[in-house]
Amino acid sequence: MKRYLIRRLLQALFVLWAAYTVCFTVLYLLPSDPVSLMVSGGAEQTSIDDAQLTALRAQYGLDKPIIVQYVDHLWHALRGDFGVSVQTGRSITQIFLDVLPATLQLAASAFTLALFLGLGLAYWATYARRLWVRQMLLSLPPLWASLPTFWVGLMLIQIVSFRWGLVPATGDDGVSSLLLPAVTLALPTAAGIAQVFAKSLRTVETEHYITTAAAKGASPTRVRLRHAARNAAIPALTLAGVWAGNLLAGSVVVETVFSRTGVGRTTATAVGTQDIPVVLGLVILSSVLFTAVNLAVDLTYPLLDPRIVSPAADPR
Amino acid sequence: MLVTVVAATACGSGGDGTNGTSRAADQIPKPGGTLTFALGSDPTCLDPQQIQLSEGLTVGRHVVDTLTDQDPQTLEIVPWLAESWDVGQDAKSYTFHLRKGVTFSDGAPLTAAAVKTNFDAIVALGAKATLGYSYLSGYAQTVPVDDLTVRIEFTSPTAQFLQAAASPSLGLVSPTTLNRSPTERCSQPPIGSGAFVIDRYVPSQRVDLSRRKDYNWPSALARHQGAAYLDKLVFTVVAESGVRTGSLQSGQVDGISAVSPQDAKSLQEQGLTLLPTVHAGIVTNLHASPTPDRPVVSDPSVLPALQKGINRTQIVSSLLNADYRPATSILSSKTPDHADLSSLVRYDPTAAKKLLDDGGWKPGPDGIRLKDGHRLHLDVLWVPSGFGPEQSTIELIQQQLAEIGLELGVKRLSLAQFTPLYQANDYDLFWARGTTRADPDILRLIFGSKKPAPAGSVQEGIDRILEAQNAITDAATRRSLVEQAQRRILETGYGIPVHEQTTIMGFSPKVRDVTFTASSWPRFTDTWITG
Repeated sequence: MKRYLIRRLLQALFVLWAAYTVCFTVLYLLPSDPVSLMVSGGAEQTSIDDAQLTALRAQYGLDKPIIVQYVDHLWHALRGDFGVSVQTGRSITQIFLDVLPATLQLAASAFTLALFLGLGLAYWATYARRLWVRQMLLSLPPLWASLPTFWVGLMLIQIVSFRWGLVPATGDDGVSSLLLPAVTLALPTAAGIAQVFAKSLRTVETEHYITTAAAKGASPTRVRLRHAARNAAIPALTLAGVWAGNLLAGSVVVETVFSRTGVGRTTATAVGTQDIPVVLGLVILSSVLFTAVNLAVDLTYPLLDPRIVSPAADPR
Repeated sequence: MLVTVVAATACGSGGDGTNGTSRAADQIPKPGGTLTFALGSDPTCLDPQQIQLSEGLTVGRHVVDTLTDQDPQTLEIVPWLAESWDVGQDAKSYTFHLRKGVTFSDGAPLTAAAVKTNFDAIVALGAKATLGYSYLSGYAQTVPVDDLTVRIEFTSPTAQFLQAAASPSLGLVSPTTLNRSPTERCSQPPIGSGAFVIDRYVPSQRVDLSRRKDYNWPSALARHQGAAYLDKLVFTVVAESGVRTGSLQSGQVDGISAVSPQDAKSLQEQGLTLLPTVHAGIVTNLHASPTPDRPVVSDPSVLPALQKGINRTQIVSSLLNADYRPATSILSSKTPDHADLSSLVRYDPTAAKKLLDDGGWKPGPDGIRLKDGHRLHLDVLWVPSGFGPEQSTIELIQQQLAEIGLELGVKRLSLAQFTPLYQANDYDLFWARGTTRADPDILRLIFGSKKPAPAGSVQEGIDRILEAQNAITDAATRRSLVEQAQRRILETGYGIPVHEQTTIMGFSPKVRDVTFTASSWPRFTDTWITG
């Protein structure tokens, strides 16, 4: 168990370092100069003299050799300091902490919604009496997964907000403005959960303990809920790490369509303005989040299924 | 970029300027209410002295006042915080007589010393105050002559300054705010003397402003004295243009920026008010880089032929709407000293072909001309600005130029890819959406060379005219120099104008008396809401 823990932790650290290195390399290989972009404010010319630009570059440490910048950034990042935005001069950790609650709120609502939608749909699709109902329900997840998030968001806004006037289209004040973005973000995740859960429900059906439970006289509903669903839920839930990644990635689009604040929108804006320190900082902080969720899942795994850390499952 | 109020009226149905003489009940301005205006992107920084995005300047315009103001119709410079001014003969010094009784929203009075503190601070910001710093280039010092008289001195003639003084980039803030770091000044509300104060800023979400009840020093252009009519003014950020339009249609916001010309008609049919404004400054154009190491673009016959090979009327009539006009010069018709040089930019494919024939460019097998083994091919760098019809405009230009035997390649780039190419002069042409400023000195910024041009070169001649116009206070002489500059830029083809840049804003019909600055930003100080 201890060895398993250490291995997972080291893996998590490796993932973070790799994310940092890949992101740094990609961003610094781009043929661009954040400082000129900062003073140009668009594809327009300015009359700022070179001396001023050089001074600004020095201020942001952009005049040092790449390798020095790499080590510098890494050293500071280890201490939780991701530098300041080239565009606004604000601390990146502060920027992240400011927008994180909005994204967490959105992602948590979307995840809860996706869980209910996904599990409910799969359960219903597996046990519906009529074949055509089952088939129709089973075809929903692939449909949801293939709809572009951008389009779903715009359609929901058009109908629910503009036509029916039920909720505001944009902003992040309260539950009413959270509803549409959460539904939009939940759909692809719900589709994934439904597919995994439906599959494992069918697999579990053939297990001996189901037959045993039924033979012992448990009602069909009891067999399904207490025995089949509980066991079948494990694979879907342990994929939570993947869903967390999906939700973070999806927030870029959803936050833009619904004009919400959040990590995704801030990252997209920073990419647009080539605010390299912000992009780098936000990617790293998001990977920390992602890695933490995965680590948590990995660590709870043995609690759900002790075989995972048993010598038989661990070749070393 | 400059300021001022236009008489574009947000009247009842359709903004046709029925700014009536007989005032019915719903035509008498009524104080109170909140106006919510949706911007397309975040202001990013609240400090009008640092920000250069028009969203940030639009917000800033309501918070800071300026020494002068500029009439968007006549383009005249009129008094605001300065009641009057004297310009030194050599355009090197400007003495402003300040208005009495003006206070910043923290209670500090406007004095000559406050003006000095502000201008010194803008110069000290350097590149962080991109616009203000360039307006003050050649700044020597500010001398407080007495409490309400202040003299600003330059080391070289600076004729553009009076107009620059009307820009929020040179807007005045309370001296206490200037002790903050530039970063703090971006994220914390500025303390200005404007009709509104910022209560709250949620980045990429909204800026909430409320009016100053004791405001009593509007510019000479204001339609009413005293405090603004609106209690609250809210700028929200709605990034997606379809959502912005829908938000206006469904009444979730009262006004939106950047309506696309395609949506304009349907919005108007629904009874919404559309207010188009033509931007002052440089029109939308193809900007050329005739460096000697680019043999095709530097060939003296190529750019002049290109100038005549574009059918601007066709572009406007088939791709834009009636709010747009074909360019008649490199400066827009809303810019002071704009010269109507339509004859130089008239579509004349016969003349274009003759220029190329005479220049030794002979049609090749596929219709594209050749000379000394070079193909008549130019690349245009294009950074999409989000303006809908942009791509089809460039494609139509491609087709028009193919007819005279010129092949135009389009390279679609991100701003990050474009900037280094631009700085290294490593391009034939780039698509320039236009640069807003209501002073002809914008020509010097855009078409003047940053490093001295080789003696005797065409560029050197242009540089000389552009420097001269900024050193002359005599209006007639300056106008003639600016005309020469426009003429030279068109004849050489360094700037290939296409159409004037127009912004269309949409408003609910209950919003009245929206005015505009000379830089085409909305100004809500006279705005009120009916019923």
